[in-house]
Amino acid sequence: MTRYTSATDRDRREMLEAIGVTSIDELFEDIPEDLRLKGPLDLPDGKPETEVYDRLSELASRNTDAESETSFLGAGMYDHYVPAIVDAITSRSEFLTPYTPYQPEISQGGLQVMFEFQTAMSELTGLPVSNAALYEGPSAVASAAYLAIGATGRKKLVASRGVHPHSRESLISYGAGYGTELVEVPLTDGVTDATALAEAIDDETAAVFLQQPNFLGAVEDMEALGATAKQRGALVVVACDPIALSILRPPGECGADVAVGEGQPLGNRLDYGGPSFGFFCATEEHIRRMPGRIAGETTDVDGRRGFVLTLQTREQHIRREKATHNICTAQALNALGGMVHLAWLGKRGFAELGELLAQRTAYARERLSAVDGVELLHDAPVVREFAIKLEAPVGQVLDLCADEGVGAGYPLGREYSEYENGLLVAITERRSKADIDRLAEVLGRAVADLRGAQVAEGVA
Amino acid sequence: MSPLAPAPRSVDGGTPMQRDPATTVYERSEEGRRAATLPDAGVPERPLEELIPKKLLRERPAELPEISEPEIVRHYNRISRRNFDLDTGFYPLGSCTMKHNPRLNERVAALPGHARLHPAQESKRAQGALELMWLLQRSLSEICGLPHVSLQPSAGSHGELAGLLLTRAYHSDRGETRTKVLTPDTAHGTNPATVTMAGYEVVKLETNERGGIEIDDLRAKANGDTACLMLTNPNTLGLFDENISEIAKIVHEAGGTLYYDGANLNAIMGHTRPGDMGFDIVHVNLHKSFSQPHGGGGPGAGPIAVSDRIEPYLPRPQVIRREAQNGGEPRFDLDFERPKSIGRLRGFQGNFGVFVRSYAYILSLGGDGLQEASETAVLNANYLLARLGEGSAGKYTPIAFDRRCMHEFVLSGAPAKRELGVQTLDIAKRLLDYGMHPPTVYFPLLVDEALMVEPTETETRETLDAFAEAIEAILAEAAEDPGIAKGAPYTTPVRRLDEAAAARKPVVRQPRA
Amino acid sequence: MADERYPEELRYHPEHDWARVEGKEATFGITWYAQDALGEVVFYEPPEVGKQVRKDEAYSEVESVKAVSDVYAPLSGEVTEVNESLSENPEKINQDPYGEGWMVKVKLSDPSEADQLMDAAAYKKLLEDSD
Repeated sequence: MTRYTSATDRDRREMLEAIGVTSIDELFEDIPEDLRLKGPLDLPDGKPETEVYDRLSELASRNTDAESETSFLGAGMYDHYVPAIVDAITSRSEFLTPYTPYQPEISQGGLQVMFEFQTAMSELTGLPVSNAALYEGPSAVASAAYLAIGATGRKKLVASRGVHPHSRESLISYGAGYGTELVEVPLTDGVTDATALAEAIDDETAAVFLQQPNFLGAVEDMEALGATAKQRGALVVVACDPIALSILRPPGECGADVAVGEGQPLGNRLDYGGPSFGFFCATEEHIRRMPGRIAGETTDVDGRRGFVLTLQTREQHIRREKATHNICTAQALNALGGMVHLAWLGKRGFAELGELLAQRTAYARERLSAVDGVELLHDAPVVREFAIKLEAPVGQVLDLCADEGVGAGYPLGREYSEYENGLLVAITERRSKADIDRLAEVLGRAVADLRGAQVAEGVA
Repeated sequence: MSPLAPAPRSVDGGTPMQRDPATTVYERSEEGRRAATLPDAGVPERPLEELIPKKLLRERPAELPEISEPEIVRHYNRISRRNFDLDTGFYPLGSCTMKHNPRLNERVAALPGHARLHPAQESKRAQGALELMWLLQRSLSEICGLPHVSLQPSAGSHGELAGLLLTRAYHSDRGETRTKVLTPDTAHGTNPATVTMAGYEVVKLETNERGGIEIDDLRAKANGDTACLMLTNPNTLGLFDENISEIAKIVHEAGGTLYYDGANLNAIMGHTRPGDMGFDIVHVNLHKSFSQPHGGGGPGAGPIAVSDRIEPYLPRPQVIRREAQNGGEPRFDLDFERPKSIGRLRGFQGNFGVFVRSYAYILSLGGDGLQEASETAVLNANYLLARLGEGSAGKYTPIAFDRRCMHEFVLSGAPAKRELGVQTLDIAKRLLDYGMHPPTVYFPLLVDEALMVEPTETETRETLDAFAEAIEAILAEAAEDPGIAKGAPYTTPVRRLDEAAAARKPVVRQPRA
Repeated sequence: MADERYPEELRYHPEHDWARVEGKEATFGITWYAQDALGEVVFYEPPEVGKQVRKDEAYSEVESVKAVSDVYAPLSGEVTEVNESLSENPEKINQDPYGEGWMVKVKLSDPSEADQLMDAAAYKKLLEDSD
């Protein structure tokens, strides 16, 4: 079965002749005989397009996605509405199929998109410099640690437990290579314990990691929390939800040195966790330590305005072992999706979206806390996500809700043993008042059914 | 075939694209304009400051564009045309494997069951996704010749980092501390950059006259302090290192791991396997050999395949298959119980949308099609090399290492520079006027005035001929007047850009009005 | 850009750095060859006054569009003055590598080290031999 190639027998014959060999096998002669595969790969033969489609369709049908259930799952990725023009623009050949813009003269489209995207992220975070995107949120947090240890020469990292568990885990994993140690600071009443944070920071601390809103959805007082870090010469890194930045005071105005985060809510589908993009913004001081691609404005020989990849000497293809990061392929197409989404929302629409979410989330929190057997985990201000605790085993509650077509939320217990029957509930503009009312109803019923009953794990 | 028409040699008033100045979406904004209409809150509303204290709120909104939907579409459509792309023309970048991106893959990735699935969905309600990941793992395992696969890394570099962290965990678990990683001087920049991020020191290995690793140099440098050797085979010169089994033996006897950078996998699928060569850890670039579109710089994915001895350290979570207890269907799950794991290197499970596309590609080609793809990739490269060995190209841009190549080859433009006065950079820029993307230039560093060419298997013979003819035409033109190439390109949306100015005083965002 | 030249009165280091020795003090910079190989310099951050530099060791970096190079100290001593104007105008390193492109002034800890450096003729020969 040939796919996407065009070499006919005649082509092959003539090409082999031009090369000066008699068989294609001769072209593989440099591979030692004992390493040559003697038979075909143990994989099924190629299939026609219609069968491939059917197979993939069948696999898709066995997933409960946000079209099949009313989903309140969040924890860093959210079921936002991605406008149709995002699909139209990101599926254009000119954006979908080129490589990284190493020849700027014929990559002005991609480079300009990067420039516009960098501007947008700078606006959202309140920091002057942005790169053209990293892979996603938690690894962007780990990348911020690399910048911090380079900038300060220190090896200790301090993170609030309000920072996403995946981000904290990434800091530990990457830390094995960086030679860093991570100290975690507990939450009190749903927000970072300021006293414990101050105690954890010392003169060996390279960076302090905070999240806004934090993993439990709570809005934190970034400026106050970051103050101790600054006194001790540590960098303040804030991981933030880009949608929440529509109404919250941006990290750049609260003393952050670096702001990073998960960009999925902007113009990207859930896609079971990826691809999306991570954003990375910093103060001017750190521009030469930034990871990843950065597009810059300039002019050509005739004076035309144009864009190029700039400060490339930071990057792996030039700086090699001294590069600010090893990243090469990033998430350019996903960043384009984010930019188009932000342009579509626009200055007013973006702010309106944030307010809409805050109102519906406040309503959801009120309705759920009124449900028997449900209590708020904290009453700190929230934007679009909040945490509750149930008087019933969370796993089984979720199953009962799922049976009724509702994905009630993200169970907190596995990553926060201190919140064993905790549940994180996320609201997007796709969750209407009616959906929220339904959640309250279904959740209420499930909790009532399971509450107090001595039900062991795993028993139907 | 009609002869290649000569490309324009000067700018006469500029092309329409050149006369269209670059205008950003912010500059197209007008106060009050908008695209989105949002639903009403639909709930009883309270003043925002009652919900969130004023001091935590923004004082003024972010300065995003104010523009209507038709204008957004027009803006991005217009600037898209200032891009050259693979769907439009030849894109022979070395080690990038710019093969055709099938649209079937986009269609299946957009199925709501895949596209609207939340990553934190309970495993029992994501069986289709987990099975797909497991099947992809199994396919990559077979192609690479290594039993265990993690799909978590998001790009080749991410896979490289995972590989070195796995190496670190492996040695640490055995009570050993090793500080060095060996890489050839032909290595891609991500390799040494990753070495530093993983807390190791780079030790460079020399290349011999055949373009492979200098074995004596390896013997001298591989010792008890060697954590790993990072290699790709064929290497960035497009040459297969026949000593690979000896290399593997030396590294393993020294106690190090052997890491395979999968950027050049397109040369060998179905013909040989890195696992059989002795590699312990392999990363695969799904955006190279497995047709995921490059997107102008991502997304991609860099899954890793590892040997038994490395398996315990794989990132968490791993996708596993549990056999049914009572004759039912097997179940797929995320396994978090991995006490020796290096942990996670990102959120959730990885770039699943990329897995869908790559799996669709593997299903479409099958084992037979993948083998044929590699065969044709190697055939196309050797054919193009033969064509470029003739005439002026053979004289002024000869092959750097006079050997049969695999899926790519490296030429040196040093004679052109010396005798015609045009550098590789100038040849590349002049190619833009012929409507082709240039090959990779100035890499690998080992070769003076390098041109690294990888045609891939999806190009027709006529396209390869046209490329060879364009190079001939450029060199012939340079022999008469090197100034033309030095002033190229003439026909692109912008001409050569002042990169020094951009680096000296970086302007990386639209200034606030 | 400047024309290729290697002033007679300077001493040269094989890593393409020069020293102008005046008694117990010296001025350092990079040679015409070095700036030509780098291309247009886009960034140079001078070291701090008071920093100790050691012969044959890198004491700062100079950055062009396509490369970053270490700058090596031809002699050992303490930095007494730096050329601040290079932060704003790094292109001086290309335009006038021996004059306005000077990088640091150093109080020498061991002036006799200058004997180990090359004179202009020897440096020019080194460049010819490596071509």
